[in-house]
Amino acid sequence: MSFDVDAIKKDFPILEREVHGKRLVYLDSAASSQKPEVVLDAMDRVYRDHYANVHRGVYTIAEEATQAYEGARAKVARFVGAPSSSELVFTRNATESINLVAYSWARANLVAGDPIVLTQLEHHANVVPWHILAAERGVELRWIPLTADYRLDLSNLDELLDGAKLLAFSAMSNVLGTITDVRELAEAGHAAGAKVLVDACQWVPHAPTDVQEWGADFVAFSAHKMLGPTGIGALWAPAELLDAMPPFLGGGDMIRDVRLDGFTPNDLPWKFEAGTPPFVEAVGFGAAVDYLEAIGMDRVRAHEREVTAYALDALERRFGDRLTIFGPTDVDLRGGAISFALNGIHAHDVSQVLDEDGVCVRAGHHCAKPLMRVLGVSATSRASFYLYNDTADADALVDGLTHVEQFFAL
Amino acid sequence: MPGLEDLYREIILDHYRSPRNRGELAVPPAHKVEGFNPLCGDEVVLYLDVNADGVVEDLKINGQGCSISQASTSMMSSAVKGKPVAEARKLIRAFKALMSIHESKLDGESDGSDLAADLEGVKLGDLEALQGVVKFPVRIKCATLAWNTLAQGLDESENPAASA
Repeated sequence: MSFDVDAIKKDFPILEREVHGKRLVYLDSAASSQKPEVVLDAMDRVYRDHYANVHRGVYTIAEEATQAYEGARAKVARFVGAPSSSELVFTRNATESINLVAYSWARANLVAGDPIVLTQLEHHANVVPWHILAAERGVELRWIPLTADYRLDLSNLDELLDGAKLLAFSAMSNVLGTITDVRELAEAGHAAGAKVLVDACQWVPHAPTDVQEWGADFVAFSAHKMLGPTGIGALWAPAELLDAMPPFLGGGDMIRDVRLDGFTPNDLPWKFEAGTPPFVEAVGFGAAVDYLEAIGMDRVRAHEREVTAYALDALERRFGDRLTIFGPTDVDLRGGAISFALNGIHAHDVSQVLDEDGVCVRAGHHCAKPLMRVLGVSATSRASFYLYNDTADADALVDGLTHVEQFFAL
Repeated sequence: MPGLEDLYREIILDHYRSPRNRGELAVPPAHKVEGFNPLCGDEVVLYLDVNADGVVEDLKINGQGCSISQASTSMMSSAVKGKPVAEARKLIRAFKALMSIHESKLDGESDGSDLAADLEGVKLGDLEALQGVVKFPVRIKCATLAWNTLAQGLDESENPAASA
């Protein structure tokens, strides 16, 4: 099966709509992706035909709902190469996954002065939980800097990792598109005796993922960025690590026994899933994974690589020095999120005028204010491409930016 | 659906391209006040020189941000320069009313008459061009940043001890 982007577009109902009388050109998948019909249908079917709370009922539809939920877990686990679905914890999103590690593992294992190594390109989700921990526990935060060509500067890595207890970094920057070498960093982290956490929120939707090959200890990602619904994400970690961690949130479902004088936590992965889980969303997550697998993640990556290269080239040819790209220009080193500044025009003005052409791009700090400070800007515009975007979408962006330039011409 | 011409009126683009009163004043005697919109990175810096008679004798603006925030700052500087503080405060209220932010609404007492009351007797002039911003709710905070910063600056100028 070849990659048929026209057929893929037809699977996404929202891409048929118009905005301001123009075809919707959705270039904000790094913030959240659109949903194919099969995901919407799968969730609708649970609500209509199989809806009952999971893990408790003995009646037929409760059993069906439970099987659907656990079946979705198995799909997601397999999708990222987890050796067992008991190691795949459903969370609210990647942010909650990282917070789970910060509140459970880190608070049980780190003491004042313990170094945590982060990078300067992290999303706030992989910054603020550690700031909170630093304020509470006195851990030391260290930062891997960036090179002039927007990659991680690993020249002082050994020094930064000296004594480190945790190395936490993004597999792909949501701002720069930069791909980090997860395997290399995981090895370096482990060699220094640190645990390794990967924020894979921008990676898992866009390229094949094998958590075992990565060799990291914690991998966090969200469903809504990979064609699934909001409100559900995942944390993968090896069973022995999860077993040794204290529970995160307390409540129903996460317990084996509760007494007046205490409780016994449930088995993995439910030990970390307190309360009624988002099981309808989990089914949508599973359907999203089925959809992506049927296409093939290597094909998704190849397609996005092609469209990103086309867009970068078209931007360069149309605007030259008037447009600054914040990120690597080599598509082997980057994903489909393209941050840019156009001719001194503020990102919000760029986004506003593009909207008139039906083109959706993000404007702002992209939840990466430390990175914005490093770049020396307060905001950027960001166009991000996914499997349903084609070169016509890239052309719409470039043409729209010409309108922006004309509009704000000094 | 509102169009771009509702938001980016020609007078706004003119103030954006050629901001008035841009620069700095010596502190003291002038008072410096900064306003930020952390969500989009808009930044407004005001230098206010309020004389002994309570008149905004001079005012300079600085900062960076989107066209709406910077044009609104420039238009505010033109409107307020040379005016008594009391009149500047009236302008702030009137401008916020124009942006549909009524002080009384926060107390749940809005009956629709306060817009007229806030605007009564106040000549907004060019500032009325910013009214189109109301149709773009996300951008209202861009337009009001300069005015909130001015209000803070006037408070601090009149009561230096409180700001020290």
